Amino acid sequence: MKLCIRGGRLIDPANQVDTITDIHISDGKVRHIGNDSSDTSAHIINAEGLIVCPGFVDLSVSLPEPGKQQKGSIFSETRAAAANGITSLCCQPDTAPVVDSASVATLIQDLALQSGFCNVWPIGALTKGLLGTQLSEMGALKDAGCIGMSNLRAPFENSRVLLRCLEYAASYNVTVFFNAVEHALANDGCVHEGSFATRLGLKGIPETAETVALTRDLLLIEQTGVRAHFGQLSCARSVELIADAQAKGLPVTADVCIHHLLATDDSIQGFNSLSHIQPPLRTETDRQGLIKGVQAGVINAICSHHQPHEMAAKMAPFEATEPGISSLDTLLSQGLQLVKDKTLELPQLIALLTTGPAQVAQLNAGSLSVGAMADMCIFDPNEHWQVSPATLKSNGHNTPLMGKSLQGRVRHTLLAGRQVFSASE
Amino acid sequence: MEPIAESPQLQLTEQGQLRHFLTIEGLSKSLLTEILDTADSFVSMEQQSVKKVPLLRGRTVVNLFFEASTRTRTTFELAAKRLSADVINLNISTSATTKGETLLDTLKNLEAMASDMFVVRHANSGAAHFIAEQVTPNVAIINAGDGRHAHPTQAMLDMLTIRRHKGGFENLSVAIIGDILHSRVARSQIHALKILGVPDIRVITPNTLRPYDIESMGVKVYNQMSKGLADTDVVIALRLQNERMQSAMLPSQHEFYSRYGLSCEKLKYAKPDAIIMHPGPINRGVEIDSDVADSDRSVILNQVSYGIAVRMAVMSMAMSGQTTQNNAEGNL
Repeated sequence: MKLCIRGGRLIDPANQVDTITDIHISDGKVRHIGNDSSDTSAHIINAEGLIVCPGFVDLSVSLPEPGKQQKGSIFSETRAAAANGITSLCCQPDTAPVVDSASVATLIQDLALQSGFCNVWPIGALTKGLLGTQLSEMGALKDAGCIGMSNLRAPFENSRVLLRCLEYAASYNVTVFFNAVEHALANDGCVHEGSFATRLGLKGIPETAETVALTRDLLLIEQTGVRAHFGQLSCARSVELIADAQAKGLPVTADVCIHHLLATDDSIQGFNSLSHIQPPLRTETDRQGLIKGVQAGVINAICSHHQPHEMAAKMAPFEATEPGISSLDTLLSQGLQLVKDKTLELPQLIALLTTGPAQVAQLNAGSLSVGAMADMCIFDPNEHWQVSPATLKSNGHNTPLMGKSLQGRVRHTLLAGRQVFSASE
Repeated sequence: MEPIAESPQLQLTEQGQLRHFLTIEGLSKSLLTEILDTADSFVSMEQQSVKKVPLLRGRTVVNLFFEASTRTRTTFELAAKRLSADVINLNISTSATTKGETLLDTLKNLEAMASDMFVVRHANSGAAHFIAEQVTPNVAIINAGDGRHAHPTQAMLDMLTIRRHKGGFENLSVAIIGDILHSRVARSQIHALKILGVPDIRVITPNTLRPYDIESMGVKVYNQMSKGLADTDVVIALRLQNERMQSAMLPSQHEFYSRYGLSCEKLKYAKPDAIIMHPGPINRGVEIDSDVADSDRSVILNQVSYGIAVRMAVMSMAMSGQTTQNNAEGNL
């Protein structure tokens, strides 16, 4: 089937393209960019006034399947991803059972393939059961399609176990995804240790819970030479530490969750459990530090850190609620807010949502060169919409943006040249 | 049922009357003064032989204690009975929640039994707030202590004690000593003192028991009793839990007593007419010396008796506000 995306503004950061043009697609691939009036058989998508870019790559999504079907399904969440321009997502190993065996990794990919909305790349568990004591079968997990291994925010029994994990991962050229947290310092806290935590009487997580762990992790990365990625940084100091490591030549990348670029710990006022997220939202100084990290290229990607929950998970006193925000539906609009605020240029934002994360996960995605897979997002940067249960595509309605008016909405999403989402349908 | 992002003046009616009592923070000086004035009238009533008024006749008050408590629960029960309410005591920690029923379900069931007021104590900060906002907004919620967040009736009985013994708040210097970090009482006291116009509020504590940026609540922080107690009018000691020694917060009870325990010797730094307060129950020889606790400057037992009057005041005011609000919304 042939397809022509006509008259849109093509932004393809990998090829430094930003121009109004046509894109011709056949057999799932980009065939030609520019005018080609000879091609009359193609189905035409009119993209005038719209932005055309590579499909987004999301480095952190918690899929509710297997084991957490009260929160949604692989079908519901990959459909939501497609509706929001995401064509590749990396899913975290926090399923039940966790992704510590090839069979679970395969099951997730099979269900994703059957759903047909989005490429799904599992991140495997770094230790068995995420328990931090025994190495997982990283070789088998890698063979089963895992693009990296992570222990999420679960603790390691001790630093020796972590060291062994990194040594073993390095032997198979496995990327280790870190979520830096020193548990003794986090001390079961649920929010940033700041004046809001003090007023609300909520247990705080100090900045050092992240930076102490990060410093240790960087030293062990240096020792083992493992390729490492730090997910969802929350502190300005963390950005400095990563920048220093990168300057030293360590193979280290980082991402930030979109919420940490836009919100701070004042969002927890009134015990608002919808803003309960791990790592916690921190101060304005931290937010500015993260923004600088993104602008300077220290942070390579922006992720949704999507964690859909059933409402009951949030219907309890703050400390007893499950952390996490349903974010697939708001990722693009929030990103465009950064452009509106003049924090980022539009092509910069798109790079952080496409080539940046694709390079981190070493995926053949995130660009629209001739011959590349036609994974594409076509969006209207000006369309206004209101966040409501009716407009959210994710099964999770747990977002602090509920009721807010946002700008920017996806019109079409193509996966290998096939329309997996169209707003007009 | 979606959680709402903002809860402006959750505890007040549209006319600014109290309908829940969740926290002192954000309340006006006039409202706090109204609580104190109302409580004062109940204190004088306690001198009479008939101690009951019919303000809550026909109303059902449920004491929901998810955390063990004897004194607070008893004073709430007495207060409700003196207001002629029907009172049910539920010790939830030993009932429904151990069977796996959620807080949400427990409360929905109790609401269905036509309760008018819940008096709630819970180990999680924000529990009372959550119930008032999300679960049973048409039932008046009185916070009897939530985690480290607030214990507003305790703070108000402390304010009543101060006003009755010191005549007012405007020129006072007040010191709160000990475990501020874990203390919902201290947080509520600080808000109340601030709102009522106390110009000099101090906390005296080692840094392990000092909440992050507590200065932002309008207090001065001291590590030493000699400086912190200097020329104070009101000295409040807080209870020190034994667990603090296990969690590396403090070296030993003895060390704490020698540095922060309220003894006659340390009390010399305060003004000669300074009063001594403690929310109870006291640990003699840990945070306070027996000589001090039993001295004529100690008003610790007065605090307990004012506790009933303050709870009567808050319960009657909140019930009246909640009824007005429900009538306005057509809920009844």
